[in-house]
Amino acid sequence: MTEGKVVKGIQFVNFRDAGDPVALAKEYDKQGADELVFLDITATTENRNILLDVVSRTAKNVSIPFSVGGGIRTVEDMRLVLENGADKVAVNTGAFNKPSLITECANYFGRQCVVLSLDARQVRKNRWNVFINGGTTDTGVSAIEWAKKAVSLGAGEILLTSIDTDGMKKGFNIELTKIISKNVNVPIIASGGAGKIEDFFEIFEKGKADAALAASLFHFGELTIKQVKNYLRNKNIPVRI
Amino acid sequence: MIVIIDYGLGNLGSVKNTLDKLGIDSVISNSIKQIKAGSGLILPGVGSAKQGMENLRKRKLNKILVSEIKKGKPFLGICLGMQLLFSESEEGSVKCLNIIEGKVKLFNNKNLKVPQIGWNEVKVKNSELRIKNLFKNIPDRSSFYFVNSYYCQPRDKSVIVGKSEYGIDFCSILIKKNITATQFHPEKSGRIGRQFIINWLNL
Repeated sequence: MTEGKVVKGIQFVNFRDAGDPVALAKEYDKQGADELVFLDITATTENRNILLDVVSRTAKNVSIPFSVGGGIRTVEDMRLVLENGADKVAVNTGAFNKPSLITECANYFGRQCVVLSLDARQVRKNRWNVFINGGTTDTGVSAIEWAKKAVSLGAGEILLTSIDTDGMKKGFNIELTKIISKNVNVPIIASGGAGKIEDFFEIFEKGKADAALAASLFHFGELTIKQVKNYLRNKNIPVRI
Repeated sequence: MIVIIDYGLGNLGSVKNTLDKLGIDSVISNSIKQIKAGSGLILPGVGSAKQGMENLRKRKLNKILVSEIKKGKPFLGICLGMQLLFSESEEGSVKCLNIIEGKVKLFNNKNLKVPQIGWNEVKVKNSELRIKNLFKNIPDRSSFYFVNSYYCQPRDKSVIVGKSEYGIDFCSILIKKNITATQFHPEKSGRIGRQFIINWLNL
């Protein structure tokens, strides 16, 4: 999301308009999505707070778990997002710059409420770095090390986005997801790269993800949530239908 | 008027949104007057037990909750709102409201991810009429949404009406007199969750 509209990019750039967030959220709730994730992707780089009215209008229209992130820098930011109807809050740049934010938020709201949103990019063989500020800044820090540290500080879940595969529609990043999943004991939501129905099976089976996130596939109507779920159920992956 | 108790924690907004959608009159409040006047009380979840108790005490809500529940007012505790009813929680080693005897324990299984985050089935064990009514139009083993690191272990097992499995079988719903408490989030469990809330209101 940016400027109050849903957008979808390729490797965090070239964003394409995907419509009204409230209408999309309603539609996904109806289709049987298990969870919605809403990221205000330019809140940090524009040095502003998240668009609370959009959060609130979206929350009013969904009855499934709703995670919200973008521009969270303080416990107060997090409280406001929760007050506006989010169930979980994703922290990214704000937490990287001030890791104690994770602990403060976890102590206050419980760790299950604190999602670490981790954007990673491969920099060489077997090495992924954490990128912040909407994927524009290489921190030089290993994604594995940051994931482990963030979990020890209190993150209850990791939304792991591979910048390399994001928007490419050639499948999730199995290698990265698997290695992060192996190193931490909290659920991993794999994000970035879903292009066809088989990709969902692969990320659970080979990538050891606990959940899979897709955006453009659903936004642009290439697959429905029901199709993906039926496919996974037939492949013996436990899903809620 | 249903009062959603505001103790500065939790997903108050989600609970209110669901009740609004169902056309049920409710208010988010920490006013003792409103809590006393309410026809039913909901103590929502999300938050840590230690902070939860601290916030209840700071707002002097702990005593009023205990007395309103003892008076027999319909009460629904959700997630942390269920756990706070117990004697004590391992989360921050904190003494809780002690309305239901027992402990709140951490999931302790190295092979499982903690917290449990996601949809899980609820197996309803009890066939009492009141419990049948609570699960009216909800098939057994329906999936509800859970987000929890801790689970409740009531001393009196007869209060347990539904269990779920996460490494172990744990109590995911209990009923004791006017108290209904769920470890899952009905307000986040889609259509089935809405049905559950309607049934609770009709109990």
